[in-house]
Amino acid sequence: MSEITPELVRHLAGLSRIDLDDAEVARFTEQLGVIVDSVAKISQAIDGNTPATSHPIPLANVFRPDVVEPSLTQEQALSGAPDSGQGRFRVAAILDEE
Amino acid sequence: MSDLIKLNASELVDLLAKREVSSVEVTQAHLDQIAKVGDAVHSFLHISGESALATAREVDAKRAAGEKLPDLAGVPIAVKDNLTTTDAPTTAGSKILEGWIPPYDATVVTKLRNQLLPILGKTNLDEFAMGSSTEFSAYGPSKNPWDLERIPGGSGGGSSSVVASFQSPLAIGSDTGGSIRFPGAVTGTVGIKPTYGAVSRYGLIALASSLDQIGPVARNVLDAAYLQDAIAGHDPHDSTSLPGSLGSMVEAAKRGSLKGKRVGLIKQLSGDGFQQGVRNRFAEALTLITDAGAEIVEVDCPSFEYAIDAYYLILPAEASSNLAKFDSVRFGMRVAPEGTPTIERVMAATREAGFGPEVKRRIILGTYALSSGSFDKFYGAAQKVRTLIQRDFDAAFAKADVLVSPTAPTTAFKFGEKVSDPLAMYLNDIATIPANLAGIPGISVPIGLADEDNLPVGIQFLAPAHEDARLYEVGAALEGILEGIWGKRMMDFAPELKVN
Repeated sequence: MSEITPELVRHLAGLSRIDLDDAEVARFTEQLGVIVDSVAKISQAIDGNTPATSHPIPLANVFRPDVVEPSLTQEQALSGAPDSGQGRFRVAAILDEE
Repeated sequence: MSDLIKLNASELVDLLAKREVSSVEVTQAHLDQIAKVGDAVHSFLHISGESALATAREVDAKRAAGEKLPDLAGVPIAVKDNLTTTDAPTTAGSKILEGWIPPYDATVVTKLRNQLLPILGKTNLDEFAMGSSTEFSAYGPSKNPWDLERIPGGSGGGSSSVVASFQSPLAIGSDTGGSIRFPGAVTGTVGIKPTYGAVSRYGLIALASSLDQIGPVARNVLDAAYLQDAIAGHDPHDSTSLPGSLGSMVEAAKRGSLKGKRVGLIKQLSGDGFQQGVRNRFAEALTLITDAGAEIVEVDCPSFEYAIDAYYLILPAEASSNLAKFDSVRFGMRVAPEGTPTIERVMAATREAGFGPEVKRRIILGTYALSSGSFDKFYGAAQKVRTLIQRDFDAAFAKADVLVSPTAPTTAFKFGEKVSDPLAMYLNDIATIPANLAGIPGISVPIGLADEDNLPVGIQFLAPAHEDARLYEVGAALEGILEGIWGKRMMDFAPELKVN
């Protein structure tokens, strides 16, 4: 039996900043339940001694000389923003009124 | 001369160098084909006809002045729309980026510009490259030129269909779990995922950073080799890009040999449960490979059983993090709910409106896999399986120079067949995913048509990391043998496109 419940999907959607509607919550609860049940068998494949791999071709200590190189201008950096002003990204209030 | 569109890129390289055709003629011929079949196939999200012709005129002027130009100068190309371009919108197939013009070019795009390839436009894909059919593109699916009622593969179905319908001789793709190779297999074209890091990912809108790799899409192996040589190389903008050169893929393709090669048949991917027509063509190809002087050895990769599971934990986890940047602040869509909402509510409303179903599904799945309480059980376990898969490959490559399998379990399926069943859709990538988990290179080469549906079948070769040249060498050899038997090229079997 899957551990994916509508409440969990709502919680995860909140963490993901996606405002799901009720129909999506119902559909994803079912679909994610099937997927999670299927991938859960992965724990059978490993034991405590298997090391984790985070990157396929690890390269260590990748540096470049510490010199200033050209980068985007402020105008370029703001060019795709939905709203901007005074050389900054303009956004809605960060804090609630309460 | 409409036949110009039927030529291989390598033939165009020669004709252009000898000035027997002009790049303007070649580019215009492809733009004419786009005008003719473009609406029916729906490969492009944006067409850059004027700037392509401007590049072509520049090439012709320089050649007329006697300048020595790069091999592919003047050969048109199409670019998957998840690579940034400063002169064309870049959407990644998503509504959330509709109309966005990036302030910088992807390194691969810069290389194409520097080598004077006319860029015809940007090709369709599943939203943020999440899918196997282009049905998850926010701008509608691309069609398979062999049968317009079937999928062209995904995520790079725009790039595969553009090449298969002669709208461009070359295209750029990106492969996270098979998004170059699967579309190649189902459209009768060639697709290569190079070794991880062989081609810079700078300017590729990231799906899963430890799996993504840009690579060539073409109609034959030599053409793909020209393209890999053109786009490969170290890039200071991508700290994961390999420091050294992998050598000349063109030389490897021209060498084209199977003689003395040990070809490992992967026990777990030898065709059990695959479509009968796929198995038949694959079995015939193995016979041809043996006849050409190679030795088939069986290799056992028991951990591959868990590859899809590991992939569908690692990919969503990385994607959920990568896609957090689409937050309505710096680029793309912004949707403000009524009243005076906080930025968090604006973000949630924007992402609800801007993302499609598969993207939402994977972001939520990834958030789950990374959340405390399930991290060890899911994401941590998947990373360990990744180690086991690498060990399986290491053991296999101790016995074989290259490994072989069918590229995909089936030929192209019909639209709508799998779109509401995520698990069924994920199984398309069963043979391609292990290479991404291990970072090794893979190629899909067409090997004929399935008996039951007359649709293309692909064979996949895999090589150890950094040994991309082996893929071109064996791929070109098998392709040459098959073309000898057929008396024509794979794409010459394709039915005439029915366009209104």
